[in-house]
Amino acid sequence: MTISEKELPAAEPIFKPVMGKIVATRMLAEKERYFRVVLENGKPLGHKPGQFVEVSMFGVGEAPISICSSPTQEDSFEMCVRNVGSVTNAMHKLEPGSPIALRGPYGNGFDVQAMKGKDMLFVAGGLGLAPARGVIKYVFDRRRDFGKVTILCGAKTPPELLFKEDLAEWGARPDCAFHVSVDRPDESWKGNKGVITTLFKYVKVDAANTFTVIIGPPVMYKYAILEALTLGIPESRILCSLERRMKCGVGKCGHCQIGNVYVCKEGPVFSYAQIKRMKEGI
Amino acid sequence: MLPKIIKKDNLRGFVEGLMAESAVVAPTPRGGKYAFSPIESFDEIALDYNITLLSPRKYLYPQVETLLSFKTGKSPSSEAVVESSPVVIFGIHPCDVAAIGLLDAVFSDPPADPNYLDKRRKAVLIGLNCASPCDSYCFCRDMKTYNATEGFDIMLTDIGDRYFVEVGTPRGEALLVEDADFTGATAADLKALQDYQDQKEKNFVKKIPYDTKFLPEILGQSDNSLVWDAIGRKCFSCGACNTTCPTCYCFNIKDDVSADLSGGVRKRIWDSCQLGEFAEVAGGENFRKDRSARLRHRFNRKAKWILERYGKLGCVGCGRCDRNCLVKINSVEVYTQLAGERVS
Repeated sequence: MTISEKELPAAEPIFKPVMGKIVATRMLAEKERYFRVVLENGKPLGHKPGQFVEVSMFGVGEAPISICSSPTQEDSFEMCVRNVGSVTNAMHKLEPGSPIALRGPYGNGFDVQAMKGKDMLFVAGGLGLAPARGVIKYVFDRRRDFGKVTILCGAKTPPELLFKEDLAEWGARPDCAFHVSVDRPDESWKGNKGVITTLFKYVKVDAANTFTVIIGPPVMYKYAILEALTLGIPESRILCSLERRMKCGVGKCGHCQIGNVYVCKEGPVFSYAQIKRMKEGI
Repeated sequence: MLPKIIKKDNLRGFVEGLMAESAVVAPTPRGGKYAFSPIESFDEIALDYNITLLSPRKYLYPQVETLLSFKTGKSPSSEAVVESSPVVIFGIHPCDVAAIGLLDAVFSDPPADPNYLDKRRKAVLIGLNCASPCDSYCFCRDMKTYNATEGFDIMLTDIGDRYFVEVGTPRGEALLVEDADFTGATAADLKALQDYQDQKEKNFVKKIPYDTKFLPEILGQSDNSLVWDAIGRKCFSCGACNTTCPTCYCFNIKDDVSADLSGGVRKRIWDSCQLGEFAEVAGGENFRKDRSARLRHRFNRKAKWILERYGKLGCVGCGRCDRNCLVKINSVEVYTQLAGERVS
């Protein structure tokens, strides 16, 4: 009797992380920590803006973390991590020089080629600034490839604003219309007060030639998309990055499903033309 | 390969031959019911079983499976772990053969999953045809899985004092080509198989009052149906439907640390889309907070989305979900109710 093996596609291990090293880290706000990581193999991560990695804290677990740097920065990549769970809590204790394990990059990311030549309107609320920053930095590094750039940024309170140096730089750029708002100002705040959508009154765009990138807490999407539609931006050019709990990152574990969509594979970036057909999407 | 027959008296010798080469798992009696278990003797096999508590999925995709071993400390490192060993799964009913076909499609989808595929590569599937429905819960005729035409290496059908042996793959052929107990099927054997199938056609009845090819459309129009709320009122969110389903493949990933904290293993564990926290993200937002939404998700997965994604229905009609449901949520009733005016 012969027991042969069934013919099946060859499969490489998909759950083994690669090693990297943290070269810089600092707190950005009370709960958010910034990390800059260099891979041990010396290669760039090779990501697209909007993709994510599964960060491993051995013994604690894995968590999906969006990449907040642009692929134009090749020597390292960056993450901004809110301390809300066991993995992120363990990450917050890492110091410069600490090794870090990760898988990825995963997800579709933003199709920056399709955006070439277009005006860009960024709407980034709260921690949504982290993934948005990757695209914004890409656009500024390839500034001549894009038209007018408008950035709307919001947070609950002034101390919760992330990447304050970047915000200051973008605000000072002559080639960028930058607006920021906080829901609950403190005494030192002199800027706009109110939720991020209150900034749309300052927005002037050529709607037919504009891509908008909207990333923020779940509650923000419906209202921000409504504003973008009111401006006249086509549904297919309203791009959102949706947050779900990607446990495997490779379209198997099921946790990130929205209907028949695996957010970790087909997302996390979806156009409103897609989202409007997705029950439980936003 | 042309079909063969083997005399019932000779089946023992065949199975013992398999046991000499490989681990063999088969349906065995378990507390008044049946379960696939490793066997040490042919006599342990319950050839007349109706349905097992769990499908043989557990031998290809175990409830807990190690994916990675790791070392912690100043220089952490990890190694991929892929565990597999040869196994013959003997006596699989057609519905469970179909379920394995779906798992093959899911785990082969790029990026292919080595932890499943390595086990599957080494597993021999020996089917056992069933003449009548296992009990009142099964609806395999509706799901068109009551006859297996593919997916098995060999399939046995009881035709009196002998089994009709259909060979599904070259691997199946290799199992019996040198065994003199398998002889070519004669006209009388083919007639006996036809009689078996004719009787089987009468024994298995449709339960859902429409063709299941319409299920995707019916579900597509039912997102806002209060049927989900009606069954959501009953559901305990216990997840027994997922645990016992032969096609469910969702999992959670967890780390186990050694007692001295120097390292550990990362495991995947069967998970359930019916549990409250399944679709929860960091920070507490839950995209399927209500039981009704989770039930709608499961039924859409089984009868619409998996079909659209992998070309095979996510439900094989084995009825395990309903049989094990504490509050008697019944798939046939749900599919019937959702069809609305089309059935009444």
